[in-house]
Amino acid sequence: MTDQVLAVEHHHDEVGTRLGFWLFLYTELFLFAAFFLVYAVYRSSHLEDFKLAAENLNTTIGAVNTIILLTSSLTMVLSLDALKKGSVKLAKLLLLATVALGVAFLIIKGFEWSAKFDHHIFLQTVKGIAAGHGSPLLTPGEEMLPVGQVLFFGLYFVMTGTHALHIIIGATWMLIVYFWISKGSINPENHGVLERCGLYWHLVDVIWIFLFPLYYLVA
Amino acid sequence: MDKAASQSYLNSHTNPKWTKGFMSWFMSTDHKRIGIMYAMAMFTFFFVAVCLGFVMKLQKMFPASSGWEIIPVEMYGSFFTLHAIIMIFLFIVPGAPAILGNFFLPLQIGARDVAFPRVNLLSFWLYLFGAIMAVTGVLLGGADTGWTFTPPYSINTQTISVLGIAFDSVSWMLTATFILGWGTILTGINFIVTVHRMRAKGMGYFKMPLFTWSIYATSWLQVLATPVVGITLLMIVIERIMPVGFFNPAKGGDPILFQHLFWIYSHPAVYIMILPSMGLVSEIIPTNSQKPIFGYKSIAIASCSIAGVGYLLWAHHMFTTGMSDFAALLFSFLTFFVAIPTAIKVFNWTATLYKGSITLTPAMLFALAFIFNFSIGGLTGMFLGSLSTDIHLHDTDFVVAHFHYTMFGGAAFGLIGGVFHYFSKMFGKMYSMKWAKAGFGFMFIGFNALYFPMLLLGYYGMPRRYQTYPDIPIFNKLQLASTIGSWILVTGVIIVLAVWIHALLKGKRTSDPNPWNSSTIEWQTATPPTLFNFEVDPVITRDPYDYEAFRAEVKAGTSLGASHD
Repeated sequence: MTDQVLAVEHHHDEVGTRLGFWLFLYTELFLFAAFFLVYAVYRSSHLEDFKLAAENLNTTIGAVNTIILLTSSLTMVLSLDALKKGSVKLAKLLLLATVALGVAFLIIKGFEWSAKFDHHIFLQTVKGIAAGHGSPLLTPGEEMLPVGQVLFFGLYFVMTGTHALHIIIGATWMLIVYFWISKGSINPENHGVLERCGLYWHLVDVIWIFLFPLYYLVA
Repeated sequence: MDKAASQSYLNSHTNPKWTKGFMSWFMSTDHKRIGIMYAMAMFTFFFVAVCLGFVMKLQKMFPASSGWEIIPVEMYGSFFTLHAIIMIFLFIVPGAPAILGNFFLPLQIGARDVAFPRVNLLSFWLYLFGAIMAVTGVLLGGADTGWTFTPPYSINTQTISVLGIAFDSVSWMLTATFILGWGTILTGINFIVTVHRMRAKGMGYFKMPLFTWSIYATSWLQVLATPVVGITLLMIVIERIMPVGFFNPAKGGDPILFQHLFWIYSHPAVYIMILPSMGLVSEIIPTNSQKPIFGYKSIAIASCSIAGVGYLLWAHHMFTTGMSDFAALLFSFLTFFVAIPTAIKVFNWTATLYKGSITLTPAMLFALAFIFNFSIGGLTGMFLGSLSTDIHLHDTDFVVAHFHYTMFGGAAFGLIGGVFHYFSKMFGKMYSMKWAKAGFGFMFIGFNALYFPMLLLGYYGMPRRYQTYPDIPIFNKLQLASTIGSWILVTGVIIVLAVWIHALLKGKRTSDPNPWNSSTIEWQTATPPTLFNFEVDPVITRDPYDYEAFRAEVKAGTSLGASHD
């Protein structure tokens, strides 16, 4: 009985798994596509406000983060390449480097967010004044940011937040893969999981490549 | 081959840790067991939602002047929202693919299981978790937003739980639908990969049975459309709990944009609901006519083009929102266009009946009722797709009757027919023919008695989602007819469910692999199927509906089924 069961469980179709994973990546992409669509619509209807609001984002920080993420994609590819060529140690090292770069991205993002919070930009969007907080973005007597900027910051926080969530998931997955490589269940012959983990990480990277210009560059 | 693998899947199991009782089902990765678990859960929810509908119809019997109130006016919104959420998200959207798709897709393509059995189980868990969340959300306060969650109302409405605590049950239920959505997406991915990678030797795409084709087309829609609505509903949650603006006009948002994003999914969703049932009808009709289906390829291609075109006409739900005339015209045109592949199918089914040797099994009766009801549903859809008549009929009972004719009279009748068709194969037990036919009779008459008056009511101006109506003779009479129809319909539903339960508990055991003498390969294996579906992995040499070749096989004793006896 058990042998039979295992025969089915171990029936493994690498091409099929890859196809399924690409479909999954597609759904992730469409999840973000809805955000991008909303961004595009509101940008066209509130162009001036979007430009004004975008000036409050620090392009340098954004650029540094972009470089970090791009580098992490590179280390990811190198890690897979190393594993395929049999240098398990190097693969593990590069995988850890990828995780570290992901974490660095999150830390920088965290500082950026908390600076925004300090300026009450987040809460300012509705109830900052009521709570007695002043924001440098508001002219005295204003109740609320102009609606266009409310939309901009709302989208900014939620989209970068969702993206950060994906970074956390990706990094966690990489740590699990690292553990599996150490255990030997992922090895030069059987590297499909690392490959898919890499695909996921590149997707997260690609999404950022669109977020960066839309929020930081086109002010 | 060892003994366990040649035993019925009801006696052997895929999980070595859990070999008995509840856990051997709940932890099973066997696609057949998962399909049956879905069936149990879904028909339970279906019955709950039928009861809600029954109470609402009872309320509608009384005009405002009568003073009778069965559902208080402030609760009526929660009632129809819950009815819709259960029927749509817990029953009819995942329904046929999850129940019969799970069970018969691998069997129809000669595979041992789906491509990712463990992901399949995960989908079921997600479904169950989301379903429990949605139902508890009701106890915690419910939602009175309608299943469409249209802002700004869905952003501003506050709910108070039955227990008296302040609880954001709208966000809770939105999150539940998001989770249910992921269950659907994973099932879709699973089926697509299964169809691409696991077909038996010799089975080209145009040798797949038509139910498989329809599940395949449905799966693409599930994967393509569901993520958008998932994130859109989540945006409403975020907007409710955080000080950001997406769709609230007070913060510059555009509620119409929400409607676009919502219907981009929710219109394709109606094809997710109907396509699998069309596939089931395409199985039942040739079997019970004992001849090849007319226009096999055109039905297969029609499934795919319905899925393709169906993705592009969402805004016909929004003709009254004031979008541009050009856009409205385009969406109206596409709405008419999708009727073409749909009509092709209807003509093909009726052409299959021509000169067939027809047996009126319960499944066949439901399939024929499907064609009748769905034709009314489809044609009334044309009224609503026309720009001018839609202005008159929008938000009336006409719309409600229209989509019940497609979703209930179509999709649900098809699914119930499918269950009758496959019941003995699934459980190795046979139900009472007489009672099954009686159940059908009540359901068919009750259904039409309930919804046809609603078409007229809507035409005379009865708005949907209203708890009551003014005392006008024409309204009174039609509402009364409709309510009486609901009693007949509910009787029919109860009979059908009772027939199944009785058959499960006390039904006559059968191991007849092919009681309806069907030519497709899922009938050529043991009843109930063995753990790995086929004793020997099948090799396909003929078209699925080639009855002549099939009869020759049976005669020669070379069909897959014959080798068991």
